[in-house]
Amino acid sequence: MWQWLVRLYHRLGSPKWFYEITGRWIPWLTVTASVGVVVGLVLGLLYAPADYQQGNSFRIIYIHVPAALVAQSAFIMMAVAGAVFLIWRMKMAAWVARSIAPIGASFCLIALLTGAIWGKPTWGTWWVWDARLTSMLLLLFLYFGVMALQRAIESDDASHKAGAILSLVGVINIPIIKYSVEWWNTLHQPATLTLTEKPSMHPDMLVPLLIMILTTYIFFALLVILRTRNEVLRHERKRSWVRELLES
Amino acid sequence: MEFNSFAEFLAMGRHGLYVWLSYGITAVIVVINVILPVMQRRRFFKEQQQRLRRERRNQTGDKQHASST
Amino acid sequence: MSLVTATVKRDLLLAARNPGEWLNPLMFFLMVAALFPLAVDPDPKFLSKIAGGVIWVAALLATLLSLDALYKSDVEDGSLEQWLASGESLYVLALGKALVHWLSSGLPLTLMSPLLGLMMALPDEAFPALLLSLGVGTPVLSLLGAVGAALTAGVRSGGLLLSLLILPLYIPVLIFAASAVYHAGIGMSYNGQIGFLGAMLALSACLTPFASAAALKLNLSR
Repeated sequence: MWQWLVRLYHRLGSPKWFYEITGRWIPWLTVTASVGVVVGLVLGLLYAPADYQQGNSFRIIYIHVPAALVAQSAFIMMAVAGAVFLIWRMKMAAWVARSIAPIGASFCLIALLTGAIWGKPTWGTWWVWDARLTSMLLLLFLYFGVMALQRAIESDDASHKAGAILSLVGVINIPIIKYSVEWWNTLHQPATLTLTEKPSMHPDMLVPLLIMILTTYIFFALLVILRTRNEVLRHERKRSWVRELLES
Repeated sequence: MEFNSFAEFLAMGRHGLYVWLSYGITAVIVVINVILPVMQRRRFFKEQQQRLRRERRNQTGDKQHASST
Repeated sequence: MSLVTATVKRDLLLAARNPGEWLNPLMFFLMVAALFPLAVDPDPKFLSKIAGGVIWVAALLATLLSLDALYKSDVEDGSLEQWLASGESLYVLALGKALVHWLSSGLPLTLMSPLLGLMMALPDEAFPALLLSLGVGTPVLSLLGAVGAALTAGVRSGGLLLSLLILPLYIPVLIFAASAVYHAGIGMSYNGQIGFLGAMLALSACLTPFASAAALKLNLSR
């Protein structure tokens, strides 16, 4: 198993193999994600009981929580890919990292917007400076920083390196930012009403949530693969295997 | 099911606006994230195929000139 | 006229092709406004009092950021010299440049301001005032800023110098605009403040291009 993983990792490091392997994965990922979304949302929107305190607005959770989780882990993945590039000079890692940025930022934006919209019926305002939303906002700023930096630098190699460095600095900062925002929050808000009451969640509410979380990760993988394949094509366009692809 | 009619489903017990706004915005952002790479790929193929055709034309052009001299 | 329209078109095209140019100041705008609740107090009762002022200060700083690049590339690639040699009106050119700057800076800021208003717990009644004050005020910022940019074009680290020059000129705009938003928030009339902003717009639209033109000519004599 471990051997197989190591071999897979090295194969994925070759652009041509990455392109071929992921090409086979795309249909599977698409089907799985689609099924997951349908099942998750049917269960979540139609069968899960309404929350005692929040009523039906809690159904936003089926988007908000998966998006927030993906947004946070995507940044970490981007930083890891950047580190792999910096340390082992694996080009594929740089291209994966570059692809993750806009997708992670999109999920961060979704988490932020749905969180704010959820806040309106719950707290009465469209925006509240609570710890979670503020951390999400700062994460979005970090994403934009990485994206802006990469696009500002002309040279491909320098752009990837700069993005990797910034992602690493950002990823180390994320726990620090989260901690300081939570600390700041306790100064100003004595009791934060959390949007998600995880321990006391009824299984009928929890199961769709877990399905949506898994589905969103699968979907995220699909999106990253789609973008990265474009990067592969763009960078390898002079090679013969790409030529064959174009002529077929 | 938690809702007895489609109208109830849409209304979401007074919270319809918020729920559907959230799902709507998410749908838009997700669709954009799917369409952009697909369009990028098509554009790439189109551009590269044009480039290949140009190169091939130049090559045959050179061959013609080479044979005529 | 044709040189001006060509320049305006080119600059707009450049801005469209280089989204970082206008997106980065917008992100800066958002971030600066977000700093205040983090640094002071996120309590909506407190934020609503300072919201108008904070948003305006953030808009000011974001505008200053984008002004630095206004004439930079033109100085570097020699377009500026060509303008002077062309004999066409530098006055109209300066006006056109300020317009382009506003379209890629002030206008996006104005359009994004309601989002910041939401984040800063701006009172509902103040939103129209926010949009109006920014809509009338940001062109003034662009026009005045263009003078500063023309004066510091080609100067090393001109960006900071530019800020020092322009900020005092911006203060009347800031005072009246922030006052308009604040008074709207507490339910009072704010026509006077908007009127003053309008007058500043008219005055700066007429007069600043003279100063910009003179400053551009000055730059070339170096």
